[in-house]
Order: sequence, then structure tokens, then C-alpha cells
Amino acid sequence: MSSLVLTLIKGAIALNVALVVAAALVYLERRISAWIQYRIGPNRVGPFGLLQPLADVLKLYTKEDIVPYNASKPFHRIAPIISIAVALSVLCVIAPASYLLLDDGTKLFIAVAPNVNVGLLFYLALSSIGVYGIVLAGWSSNNKYSLLGGLRSSAQMISYELAMGLAAVAAVMVSGSLDMNQIIASQSGGRWNIWFQPLGFLIFLVASFAETNRAPFDLPEAEPELVGGYHTEYSGMKFGLFYLAEYANMFTASAVMTTLYLGGYDMPFLPTLLGLQEGTLPRVLFELAVFVGKVSVLLFLFIWVRWTLPRFRYDQLMNLGWRVLLPLGLANIVITGAIVFFVR
Amino acid sequence: MSLQVALFFLFGIGAIASAIGTITRRNPVAAAVNLIVHFFMLAGLYLTLQAQFLAILQILVYAGAIMVLVVFVIMLLNLGNEEALREQFTLRKVLGAAIAAIFMLQLGVLFNASPSQRYLSPAAASLGTAESIGQALFTTYLFPFEAISLLLLAALVGAIILAKRKVE
Repeated sequence: MSSLVLTLIKGAIALNVALVVAAALVYLERRISAWIQYRIGPNRVGPFGLLQPLADVLKLYTKEDIVPYNASKPFHRIAPIISIAVALSVLCVIAPASYLLLDDGTKLFIAVAPNVNVGLLFYLALSSIGVYGIVLAGWSSNNKYSLLGGLRSSAQMISYELAMGLAAVAAVMVSGSLDMNQIIASQSGGRWNIWFQPLGFLIFLVASFAETNRAPFDLPEAEPELVGGYHTEYSGMKFGLFYLAEYANMFTASAVMTTLYLGGYDMPFLPTLLGLQEGTLPRVLFELAVFVGKVSVLLFLFIWVRWTLPRFRYDQLMNLGWRVLLPLGLANIVITGAIVFFVR
Repeated sequence: MSLQVALFFLFGIGAIASAIGTITRRNPVAAAVNLIVHFFMLAGLYLTLQAQFLAILQILVYAGAIMVLVVFVIMLLNLGNEEALREQFTLRKVLGAAIAAIFMLQLGVLFNASPSQRYLSPAAASLGTAESIGQALFTTYLFPFEAISLLLLAALVGAIILAKRKVE
């Protein structure tokens, strides 16, 4: 099997997993928010309401697709596609497990695009592209609320991207590589970056919330002021794509944070204790379970924070980004650089 | 034709098409979007030339940061009066055409002068990694690198002073 075919197969699997996870997250968000707010939540469709996402998608597909008169139609059409495409394409550099040793001695890496020299930068680059989906949606709708949402989003993303990049730089200094697989390898045996980079992790976490437009940073779609923000004029599956992109973004952001700070699929002691050899199928399954576990914790945090904290005001958002996170990120780089220089 | 060559032509044609789109669209947002597509195509071209780091930087810096600002400003000012700009600055256009012609000439001379440079040498593949670019920037080209940083800082300070002039 050629490597091209193999990559395509892995890509197809990753895409399907991400879409299923996104749908599951919609359900979980509703159930967890209900739990936090002492409600019951969706429980009618299927056992425990588990088929609710399916019903939602069916509803979105059969809804009328309304495009506003005077909207810029090509951009109105392409904006949700950009959002979802960017959110999903980041997946290809994420390594949810190490590799499978085949009979002929070759290593079958689990990541879609393993050992990419610039894996982390790829994530940062594509997450900065994601803003176009929102900005174009806001502009093309020909609606002032949409436009305001789009403008807010672009300002917010530019501001928090910097803090995110700076936090990532410090983590890369500790790990010594931009390659996702090597970042995880450098943290093996429980030497996770979060122990050495607690401040960096916090900055990256806050910036991730802002980059994914999640509460308390969901100003682009703040409903009391902007109706629905950039997706005010979207209906049917186009709206559904934005919705899906938000959850896909949450998933990829959690996966990147797991890789960068929580040791990825690494779990100290346990694999050797259980006698799982590197490259065997049980080991890969174990690693997948560890990775999924860590990602789930972060995803729960995303949902928990949304239903706990109130939304920021716009000036507070900008102050936090430029006056708190950016200087902290720079200081973190200087301190990390000094320590890395003198200790190693 | 290998996949790499096929992709090279695909990205090349895409780059030319989107570049033409950039300068022919009357709508500023459409022109900006064409330019973003062009940057992506350039990044693809860099990838076919084994320059991964350069390709990612192309997207991160140009498409992800600079063009976001450009689009932001276009939307904030709500530019729509592009008809008024038509057929002005004829001298500028003539000068631009002349400079473009000189650039094409230079490219032609360069390609004809060194036929051996047309193909990717094995050493070139290692040039495109983050490590080698970092090494070059912080050793051989440290002074120009720092000088450019200083220049950018000066530009930033200048921009802030211009923006704050009314406050003080």
C-alpha cells in the first residue's frame, strides 16, 4: 500500500472521528450545562437523549436555507466552508498515539501526517486562518450585527494569537522541537511540560478559549448585543457548519494542549507495569485511551467554564490580551530561556 | 509526471490565477480574498520545494496576520467607492509597468545564466527546515536580523505616536 493511499485512509478516519466527536460534544455540552444549572437537559430522543445530535443534524438539513437579499452570495456560501475546513485540517498533525510496528519492521505512525518538521506552527497558522470564515460571514451577510461580530472576532483573534504563540515558544524551548511526535517524546515518563511551564499552560489555555470563540470570550456572537453575531443571517446546514466548527475547534485545541503540555499519549509507569511493548497493538490502544482521557478532561473544562463564567466586556478582553497575557508570555520566554541555557 | 511535479503545476497555475484575480477585482474584499488564496498557493509551491518552514511562515505571517488586518481595515472603512479610483495615476501605472518589465528581464537572465540551479539539489532540502533557518538567522545573519527587528520596533513606535497624537 503506497504511503499516499495510507495517508488518505488515515485522513478519512480522522475526519470521521472528529465529526462524531463534534456531534457528541454538542450533546455533552447540553447535558453538562443542564447538570450545572440543575436542569434535566435533552432526554427524549433515544436512551438518555443520546440520539439528540442526530435529530439536530436532520433538522438543520431539512431547514430552509435563507440567503439575505443584497448579501454577497459567493462569500456568504464559502464562509462556513472555510470555518469547518480549517477546523478539521488541523487534525492531520495531531498524534493520538505513537506507532504500530509492522511485521516487515516498518513503523506505521498513527498520526495522519507524522513527524512534520513544523507541526506546531501548522496548528498556529491554520488557527489564524480560521478567522476568515467568521470575518467573511460577517461582511457578506450585509447586516450590521454580523459585521460587528466579524470585526470583533478578527481583533480578538489577532490579539490572542500573539499570546498563544509566545506561550508555545516557551514550551518548544523546553521540548526542543516543533514536531508533535518529538514534543510528546520529550515529555515521556511523566516529564510533562505543564510541570515546567505552568504559566505558559495557563496563557495557552486562556488564548485557546479566545481563539475558539468560547465563553467567556464569545463576544463575536454575544447574543444580548449582537443578536447572533456573525451567524445572524445563517440558517440550515450553513449555520450547522459554524456550529460544528466551534466544537471541532474545541476538540483540536484540547488535542494540541494535550500534546504540548500534558505529555500527549504518555502515561508514566503504567505501560511498563502492564507489560505493554512499544509498537504493539495493545500499547497503541492504551495510548489512544490515555490521549482521549486527557483531551476529555480539557473538553469538560471548556464546557464547565462556559456555564460558570460571565462574558467579558470588550475593553476587558483587549486589556487582558495585550496588557496581561502578552507581557506574561514575554516574561515566560525570558525566564524559560535563562533556565534552559543555564541548566542544560 | 510525479505527484510533486503535478502539485507544483497545480499550485503555480493557482498562484497566477489568484494573482490576476487580485489586480482585476473591483470589489476590495474580493481582491483581498484572491490575495489570501495567492499566499496559500505560494505556500504550496514552497512545500513542493521542500521548504516546510517557509511555507508555514507564509501562511502564518501573510495570510494569517497581515491579510487579517487588511481585511479588517477594508471592512471597518466599508470601502465601496472603488469606481472613483479608476483611471487615475497614469504616470504611476507607466512606472509600475516599466519596473515589472525590468523584473521579468532579470528573472529571464537569472534562469538562463545558471541552468544547473534549475533543479533542487539534495542540500536544498535541508535548507528549508526550522533548524537550519534558525541557525542561519542567529549566527551568520544575526546583525541584519537584529537591525530589521529594530526597524520594525521604530515603525511600531511611530504608528503609536501617530495614533495617539490627538490624545496628548
